[in-house]
Amino acid sequence: MTAIIETNELGKQYGRKWALRDCTLAIPEGKVVGLVGPNGAGKTTLLHLAVGLLRASVGSITVLGGRPDDGPAQLAKIGFVAQDTPTYARLSVAKHLRMGAYLHKGWDNELAKHRIDQLDLDPRQKAGSLSGGQRAQLALTLAVATRPELLLLDEPVASLDPLARREFLQSLMEIVANDGVSVLLSSHLVADLERVCDYLIILIASHVQLSGEMTELLGSHWRLTGPRRDPASLPSDQEVIEESHTDKQSTFLVCTNQPILDPAWAVKPVTLEDLVLAYMSNPRRPVHVRAAGLGVVR
Amino acid sequence: MIEFQLDTASGVATYLQLVQQVRQALQLGLLEPGDQLPTAQQVVAKLAINPNTVLKAYRDLEREGLVRPRPGQGTFIVGTLPRTDPATQARFLSSMTEWLGSARSSGLGPDDIEAIYRTAVRNCFAEGVA
Repeated sequence: MTAIIETNELGKQYGRKWALRDCTLAIPEGKVVGLVGPNGAGKTTLLHLAVGLLRASVGSITVLGGRPDDGPAQLAKIGFVAQDTPTYARLSVAKHLRMGAYLHKGWDNELAKHRIDQLDLDPRQKAGSLSGGQRAQLALTLAVATRPELLLLDEPVASLDPLARREFLQSLMEIVANDGVSVLLSSHLVADLERVCDYLIILIASHVQLSGEMTELLGSHWRLTGPRRDPASLPSDQEVIEESHTDKQSTFLVCTNQPILDPAWAVKPVTLEDLVLAYMSNPRRPVHVRAAGLGVVR
Repeated sequence: MIEFQLDTASGVATYLQLVQQVRQALQLGLLEPGDQLPTAQQVVAKLAINPNTVLKAYRDLEREGLVRPRPGQGTFIVGTLPRTDPATQARFLSSMTEWLGSARSSGLGPDDIEAIYRTAVRNCFAEGVA
């Protein structure tokens, strides 16, 4: 697995407070990677460290083989769309493109113009009067027209209505299909991640709780419902991620690669949302996932 | 050309939904050898799903011998799916009906029966995979 982003005990400290601490992870190349986690887990800090907007207090981070502060050549490899997809309110759409062309050596003006046409944006319109969805699309256009190898997006669709969100993700997926760019996308909207991502990382308090291919993660987690049972009595290949009990009934969310043969259980597949919530509500539980290619950090 | 739909509430993996829809279209005669499947770009633009998911589905279909990619052109149907022999279907329907009758007279309701059926399917096919 070639990593596009690799961190080793990475940390960022503000005064006495750590925004990110002891974060070690590897993000594979050529994928659309979803980064989820509760507020304050360090997702935005991690993205800002990756593009050099912040400098690490401790530890190391490598992005596409280089260090984020390696200079313009390093930054040219990365397209970044910050939280809430910021644009310059008083600049027109056309001026955004001119600015992009002026600031970026590898700027692809054809691509930028084509996307603006496709989106039906009026080049003379000021960004401040665009709708939220249009503004997000403009920000994405600016990031993509720099022809990056890696696109980083911080909560790009959080503030958009469902239609604008869908359109934004359609655009993003078309870009991935056409250019084969790697994407790292942070989001709380798990249902969207399930559609667009093929790799998922759950980050809680700076630590990777779970990471792996989306299909493998979904194919190795099940919800079991049946008569009350002690979790210790489950087969050793079934790792309990979450459990709840009444006096008569037990419900487990387990991780396993073996078929679940016990006829006492009603077995159901889990949605990505179930999975993410289970890991987010039980962060200290040690997790092993034995599927080939699944990387789980304890 | 067929158009894919996505059922996000089904719990079935997205690539599998695409595979199933192609298989169904073949069984129903909506797709025949020589027909083209939508390109990954077209599917992605409509469903907002990851292009790798589409490619994975097409690879699965290729492994089954149902489709073949033509470089620079797209993915085309090359195989057919035989319809299940009506006599075989009838035979299993009659033994299933008999089984259901005996389950019902033992006091099992539709929910119990469905739970048993799902467990049996899972066990049966999980063993084949493992």
